[in-house]
Amino acid sequence: MAYTSVRAGAEAIAAAERLIQSPGLENGEALLELRQVRNQFRAAVDQIMGEGGLYAPDLAALALRQAEGDMAEAAFMLRAYRSTLPRLGYAHPVRGDEMEVVRRISSAFRDIPGGQLLGRTRDYTQRLLDLDRQTANAFVAPERSENGHAPAPNGAGSWSGYAKKVSDTMRAMGLIPPLVDQTAEPDDITRHSMRFPVRRPAWLQGLARGETGALVCLAYSALRGYGGGDHGTIADLRVGDLPLRVTHPFTNQPLTIGTYRVTECEMTGREKPPATAAGNGHHQPAMYGLSYGLVFGQNERKAISMSVLDSALMAGAGGGEENPAPANDQEMVLSNTDGIESFGFVEHLKLPHFVTFGSGLQVTEQLNLAAATPANGHGPGPAEDVDDEFR
Amino acid sequence: MSAPGHTLPAAAVETAALPGYNYAFLDELSKKAIRRATLKAVAIPGYQVPFGSRELPIARGWGTGGLQLTLSLIGPGDVVKVIDQGADDSVNAVNIRRLIERTAPDVTTTTETAAATIIQSRHRIPELKLRADQIMIYQVPLPEPLRVIERREAETRRMHGEADYSRMWVALYEDIVRNGRITRAAGYPVLVHHRHIMSPSPVPRWDLPPLHMAENLSLYGAGREKRIYAIPPFTDVAPLAFDDYPFAVEAFPGRRCALCGSETTFLVPTPDEHGQSYDVCSDTDWCAANRQQKASEA
Repeated sequence: MAYTSVRAGAEAIAAAERLIQSPGLENGEALLELRQVRNQFRAAVDQIMGEGGLYAPDLAALALRQAEGDMAEAAFMLRAYRSTLPRLGYAHPVRGDEMEVVRRISSAFRDIPGGQLLGRTRDYTQRLLDLDRQTANAFVAPERSENGHAPAPNGAGSWSGYAKKVSDTMRAMGLIPPLVDQTAEPDDITRHSMRFPVRRPAWLQGLARGETGALVCLAYSALRGYGGGDHGTIADLRVGDLPLRVTHPFTNQPLTIGTYRVTECEMTGREKPPATAAGNGHHQPAMYGLSYGLVFGQNERKAISMSVLDSALMAGAGGGEENPAPANDQEMVLSNTDGIESFGFVEHLKLPHFVTFGSGLQVTEQLNLAAATPANGHGPGPAEDVDDEFR
Repeated sequence: MSAPGHTLPAAAVETAALPGYNYAFLDELSKKAIRRATLKAVAIPGYQVPFGSRELPIARGWGTGGLQLTLSLIGPGDVVKVIDQGADDSVNAVNIRRLIERTAPDVTTTTETAAATIIQSRHRIPELKLRADQIMIYQVPLPEPLRVIERREAETRRMHGEADYSRMWVALYEDIVRNGRITRAAGYPVLVHHRHIMSPSPVPRWDLPPLHMAENLSLYGAGREKRIYAIPPFTDVAPLAFDDYPFAVEAFPGRRCALCGSETTFLVPTPDEHGQSYDVCSDTDWCAANRQQKASEA
């Protein structure tokens, strides 16, 4: 019977699992070591940790290898594993200037206190395929400087590895309002589901775990004029390691228990004057605003997209956008950019739907029957081809 | 923090319990949080309780809401049945059942409706009447019944809060004006305990009458949308309808199951190779039991 092929059941599942578990290797080919995956697919590992919401390079490398490079699947595996871990507590807040940077740029100023550090980036390389490097040779590490640190940035003087934030410089210049101390308990979207409208901590968390491509898409739409905020200049983009500090359970003293690599982006731009200020005769000082992006690992396009969307969401929340676009709409942005959720639901369409489909067929049959009856005053029934699950 | 040399969980073994994983997968604090949300849902019939939905090793949209309910409730001695479209052997139901078996070793699974203490389902209620000692758990794709008329959650929450369902009634009225009938098929909205409009999940209309004053507890879990809601036992459940356009379930006049001959169950059409179609029970356990009973009578 035809439908048994749909409900193949346990045997088919077992067979499919055997197929997926046998990696598509040629005879004698060795599985990549996790160390190799971690080092040679660094960007993928970072992206998986960010979207999976778990900083665990080894597990991310395992997920990437197990998913055969399928990024959505790998991030999903990490996110699912995360559910098995208890929440033991919160880390202490850290500041961006506590980061030991490996790369740090600003596009707002030519020179910045602390200096521009290009670091490890593909930005100014020519994207030519290395056709002469198609066979793998053992890597020969270049000679490193004596202390093993990255070279000092131009004009940085004695380079400590730490750099002042450009936003702090702008505050000192009176361009950005002073920081408000935030002591309130932050939201935690992993423990309390978002109920719209949400506060900024919740949307920043949502964006930090968002799917890179989805964030880039919406940020791009904002830059191209579909809504958007005011902030479009990178004040500070830095990649480096932040300390993880927790309270020691016995001594109650703060204790650094490790570091984690992040990309942090601060975007700035002239704020639109508040609508109420216009035309009331008072002079409003022109102010610059700041929007924020922070993601695990080195993932600059996601951090930048996050700060663009943060700006767009602030504009949307303030009601300042006269013609709000998707990027200004919290519910639109946050409900549709989680990769684990979007890919899961899109692919759930592969599941059998014959009950809902059959139920819909009945309605269609009745409508068509009614349409075929001359006495009926109604037009031909539209065969509702929308899956009833979505109605 | 993961340092080099971090211990990796051992590769999963197909049959044995999963090493490195907690009982019923989720950590205990998470299960507790889910149970708290569930209790609130039971206390306010039909109200969507937000909860910190966890990711599971089953994809979002594939039953993670129902599964979180099941995993937070099961314990030693429980007997779990999992169905998809009424079928125990549907691939996703099999996969969910396997996860339960692998992570909760002292929970047994069954295909027999009467034997189950917990039944997790997608898109169907078993034909057999459920008892007071059974819990029915539904996988829910879209918990918000008002989503079709209002996409903003802040607004649908207000509408529920004020029981302002006028736009829903207008939408149904407009459906009748355009089509001569209410054309909603599966996932037909119901009014629970005279208060909240609720999505019964995409079950056919056939499955709505048994919800009214049911002896069993019904729990609804939407993992992706992060909502839990419930119908406690003996609760009034009324499909939305007008006096002159009453609610009607699917009808199968002159049709019967090609396998067991049943004329009293929800049938699903199945096309054959000649452009015709035949019908079979969507409830595979009921169909099998019916065939067995007929065989023993013969």
